[in-house]
Amino acid sequence: MSFNARSAWSIYHRELWRFLRTAFQSVLAPVLTTALYILVFGSAIGDRMPEINAVDYGAFIIPGLLMLTLLGETTSNSSFGIYMPRFTGTIYELLSAPVGVAETLVGFVGAAATKSLILAAIILLTARIFIDYSIAHPFLAFIFILLVAAAFSLFGFILGIWADSFEKLGIIPMLILTPLTFLGGTFYSIADLPEPWNSVALLNPIVYLVSGLRWTFYGSADVSIWVSLGITLAFLILCVAVIGYIFKTGWRLRD
Amino acid sequence: MSEPILELSGLTKQFGGGVKALDDVDLTINRGEIFALLGPNGAGKTTLIGAVCGLVRPTGGTIRAFGEDLQGNWRQARARIGLVPQEISTDMFEPVLHAVSYSRGLFGLAPNPARIEEILRSLSLWDKRDARIMELSGGMKRRVLIAKAMAHEPDLLFLDEPTAGVDVELRKDMWHQIDAMRARGVTVILTTHYIEEAEEMADRVGIIRGGKILMVDQKDAMMARLGRTEAHIALAQPLDTLPPAIAAFSVELEEGGRSICYRGGDGTGKGREEVADLTKALIASGIDYIGIDVRESSLEDIFVSLLGEEEEQAA
Repeated sequence: MSFNARSAWSIYHRELWRFLRTAFQSVLAPVLTTALYILVFGSAIGDRMPEINAVDYGAFIIPGLLMLTLLGETTSNSSFGIYMPRFTGTIYELLSAPVGVAETLVGFVGAAATKSLILAAIILLTARIFIDYSIAHPFLAFIFILLVAAAFSLFGFILGIWADSFEKLGIIPMLILTPLTFLGGTFYSIADLPEPWNSVALLNPIVYLVSGLRWTFYGSADVSIWVSLGITLAFLILCVAVIGYIFKTGWRLRD
Repeated sequence: MSEPILELSGLTKQFGGGVKALDDVDLTINRGEIFALLGPNGAGKTTLIGAVCGLVRPTGGTIRAFGEDLQGNWRQARARIGLVPQEISTDMFEPVLHAVSYSRGLFGLAPNPARIEEILRSLSLWDKRDARIMELSGGMKRRVLIAKAMAHEPDLLFLDEPTAGVDVELRKDMWHQIDAMRARGVTVILTTHYIEEAEEMADRVGIIRGGKILMVDQKDAMMARLGRTEAHIALAQPLDTLPPAIAAFSVELEEGGRSICYRGGDGTGKGREEVADLTKALIASGIDYIGIDVRESSLEDIFVSLLGEEEEQAA
């Protein structure tokens, strides 16, 4: 199987250029929203809240808020990245180019993941202004953020191919991802939930992502880091398989 | 001897609803030629292009490009094929130079600013290189699409209705561009509604309808085979019958004997010569005339007549 690095780089470079072109919307808006969450729930209310697992409440919510932004923005960026060429018809160029699934994924998904890492870095730096927090396992945190960014970039890519309207494009991030993230332990530990809600919460896949990232920050979480990593990896592999199938069959791409 | 650059054999595309957009199409395009594919709306022109360029999945038949099977060799083949789509589809916020450079990279070629400049200059786009595509006129946008398709220096270029909706001046300008591509050795396949365009540009013409190729021939040969000259000679005095010297020509009386109608020739100018002989014969026979209207049939007449015959057969 051959891989055309120049093609992949061209897609990657162009997607990042598009990201920077719309920096106000794609960087400033999510950073501002997250900063407001941190300011209100972390700084203003956080001081009156008890510690959770020996972590200040303000610091406790940072991994969850980061995950909230990361999931929404990564999915949106990636889905828009492939949906817009389909919508405007410019996808003809990609489909007629000597470009396969590998180059397309490295280009589009790589760029979406890069955007997410940049966003995550800015959010963490911004959070530092308001909240005193530390990262216990910075390398693992980086790997985990990278994995989540890659997995949800792939997921967004699938969403962008599946959607045939802007409405559908927004449904999953707004009506599924955001509520699941809020209910996935962003603002609380699911261990504090009474049964059966504690067990029900474990059915929410976002719990494992929030919990995994929180573990890399503070060394303690609701579920094991290895379970979180395993689920993230499994989701990533599933998305790759779905995209491989889409390219093989041309579903929603080629008539 | 002509060398095939693209060979379609039994190419078929049936869409989900059962509509056959391409029906067992056999077609060979030779290196260096300009081939015009003519057909009414929905004839299958764009589907045919899509099947070769990877936008449409054929349901039957084979495509060979550059001597190799396209399915097994799609990467190498696509790197040598360019496409200018019918619709103006490009990122409108992108500057011209950026868009064209991207296309080159997408097709796997190393950056070559000098080559990009050459392409943009040849299309009179160099001065607009930093302009966002949305700021350009419709004609300029079309040129950007051509520049994008030329950025990876294709050997085979598809132009899907390149002059649809553009004014006459720009259309002629586009023809010059196509001529320049031919001069560079690019094989061009263009689909068009403007038969005048095929007449002006093409070496060979194919006529497609209902997904079937009705005819493929050298443009001149098609004109020679199907072309006709029609002349109407208005007589000074009406005639009841034609004298034998005149009746020997392919003529008939019309308008109650006030006019003679000639139909003949073969589209190569032979008809005009016969009309000249006919006028001499009229003078020699003492028949005076007051006007002559001579008309050569165009490719459009041939096209319309072919489609008409096809419809009659179908009925």
